[in-house]
Amino acid sequence: MKITFPYMGTSHLVISFFLKELGHEIVYPPVPSQKTLSLGVKYAPEFACLPFKILLGTYLEALELGADTILTSGGCGPCRAGYYGEIHRRILHDLGYPVKMIILEPPLVSPRDFLHQLAELVRPKGWLNFAKQFRIAWAKLKVLDELESTLHKLRPLALSKQEITKVYEEGLELIDQARSVKEVKAALEEALSRLHNVPIDPYCQPLKVGLIGEIYVVLEPFANHDVEKLLGEMGVYVHRSIFLMNWTRDNAFGYGEKDVRAAAVPYLNQLVGGHGQNSIGEVVRYAEQGFDGVIHLAPFTCIPEIVSKSIMPAVSRDKGIPVLTLFLDEQTGQAGIQTRLEAFLDLLRQKRMKQEAS
Amino acid sequence: MQAYLGVDVGSVSTNLVVINEDGKVLVDIYLRTAGQPIKVVQEGMRQVAEAVKDKKIEICGVGATGSARTLTGVIVGADTVKNEITAHAVAASHLVPDVQTVLEIGGQDSKIILLRDGVVVDFAMNTVCAAGTGSFLDHQAARLNIPIEEFGALALQSTNPVRIAGRCSVFAESDMIHKQQMGHPTPDIVAGLCDALVRNYLNNVGKGKEILPPVVFQGGVAANVGIRAAFEKELGLEIYIPEYFAVMGAIGAALLAKEATKEKQKTNFRGFAVSTTDYQASSFECKGCPNHCEIVNISADGQLLARWGGRCGKWDTVQQMKTG
Repeated sequence: MKITFPYMGTSHLVISFFLKELGHEIVYPPVPSQKTLSLGVKYAPEFACLPFKILLGTYLEALELGADTILTSGGCGPCRAGYYGEIHRRILHDLGYPVKMIILEPPLVSPRDFLHQLAELVRPKGWLNFAKQFRIAWAKLKVLDELESTLHKLRPLALSKQEITKVYEEGLELIDQARSVKEVKAALEEALSRLHNVPIDPYCQPLKVGLIGEIYVVLEPFANHDVEKLLGEMGVYVHRSIFLMNWTRDNAFGYGEKDVRAAAVPYLNQLVGGHGQNSIGEVVRYAEQGFDGVIHLAPFTCIPEIVSKSIMPAVSRDKGIPVLTLFLDEQTGQAGIQTRLEAFLDLLRQKRMKQEAS
Repeated sequence: MQAYLGVDVGSVSTNLVVINEDGKVLVDIYLRTAGQPIKVVQEGMRQVAEAVKDKKIEICGVGATGSARTLTGVIVGADTVKNEITAHAVAASHLVPDVQTVLEIGGQDSKIILLRDGVVVDFAMNTVCAAGTGSFLDHQAARLNIPIEEFGALALQSTNPVRIAGRCSVFAESDMIHKQQMGHPTPDIVAGLCDALVRNYLNNVGKGKEILPPVVFQGGVAANVGIRAAFEKELGLEIYIPEYFAVMGAIGAALLAKEATKEKQKTNFRGFAVSTTDYQASSFECKGCPNHCEIVNISADGQLLARWGGRCGKWDTVQQMKTG
């Protein structure tokens, strides 16, 4: 079994480690690029959203490299993404790739199906090995998030944005190489200390912006024009609402995210699929935490985020926090995003200046 | 006299203005970009130089805006390079200090900007559809064989505008053709189109925005009295069109340049000689990764001035050397 999986942020570091230790041969797909998107667009239904197209492109590239099995996630509820694994499978079969899909459904929603799929992955080396490697993978997930959130804090302050990005990437490499929980912890410490050694401007008071929206476009830099890095380089502290670890924990082992959803209730009292309700709740929470503004990312045609966008003006007005919604599609020109971000930051700066004056 | 230059290079038009210390417009120039931003900026600079020749005007600051702002900034030596949303807001609130809503429709962009107490609080720009922008109106005017300058006045003659779907420019066009073939008079069709475009703008760009007076309407399309009337009818508010409605972005850039040079007391302006400098743009596709970024080099008289276009930082060194 030659197994592959899609990219989403830094998750591939954990997934590849885990699969390898479970005894599988891995085919790394190329990092998503213009070519990936073109392939996806070519074979996907026109009205499917950007994540669907990037994933399909990724799968096609991986199959060309010899993969015969794809690991992906399922889902439930009103968002279409729950069906994506199945639709991808059918499209790939129609294209003549007899690929096998392992679709992990949320364990608490469909426990039997989840275990059945999982058993397939565990088979080569058994459950004991699974338990052992799971601890290490979990540790990796945790430290990746910690390293990344430290990067977000330091990037706007760093004197050389290029240097801090480079040091961060070295840190990822260290974590990738760790082979035990102890090594993972040591790698984190080393990576953090290197990050903290990058010269910064300690007097800088960066704008604080929350990043919310649909999980894939929030986490995958290729899908969002690397908006986190772009903002960080413009001297803005970006706090991302979704991290791999809390998302995995909340969705795999419990119906989590209750606080965020509770915060949304005055505006939206039910799930609308995907991260629609979370998006509302997160804006409320960012306002309460004194953030300057929120950037809301969504794939074009994403129903959950269309719902949340239409509620956003009311939340924004009540809580006094500006929200910029960016719908992402195949357009690859960065100019439109850049213009809107620049204007949004001007708006936030003026707002802060006015607050400080009064 | 101390003066400031603003340059706005957009997809369709390129505008240059010179303002004095009080923000009064001394020179305003409106040119078609025609896909040649470098040439048109040089031509504009030549015309500005000509206009200020005998007036003892000293350019103390330059601002660039519009979709070609980065390129323009390098060519003219701008003190500030600002996005067009901020530039338009600055210009509107300079001319109408208590403005609360700015409607701006240009060649391919349309935006709405909300200000409260002189500060921008919200904005939006068209994303996926260019229906209702200047290019589309140009196209339809040409198709109906009406000079674009007379398009708006013709709409005002209508007493019974036809209903046209404004959701999408392609469908709007097929709707228009259908109404024509049914025998509706041209003024009614033109007026119907103006109504449709305004509806589309308000539903699309203005969605969920609180439009409060005073409302300022600017950008090239503000020349169209038909669109203005349609806005007034739809909003039930008086629409204010500033005297220099077509060059507001450039005015905003000039005002921002004034601000920017006030602190540093000097300008990066390269002088009017830029109109005769030999600027060259070349591009190549980087093969470093599958993104195949198109990298652009800008050079003046054979010397590399700036370079951009890459997703990673690999080719940005020249730019950083200049700014850092």
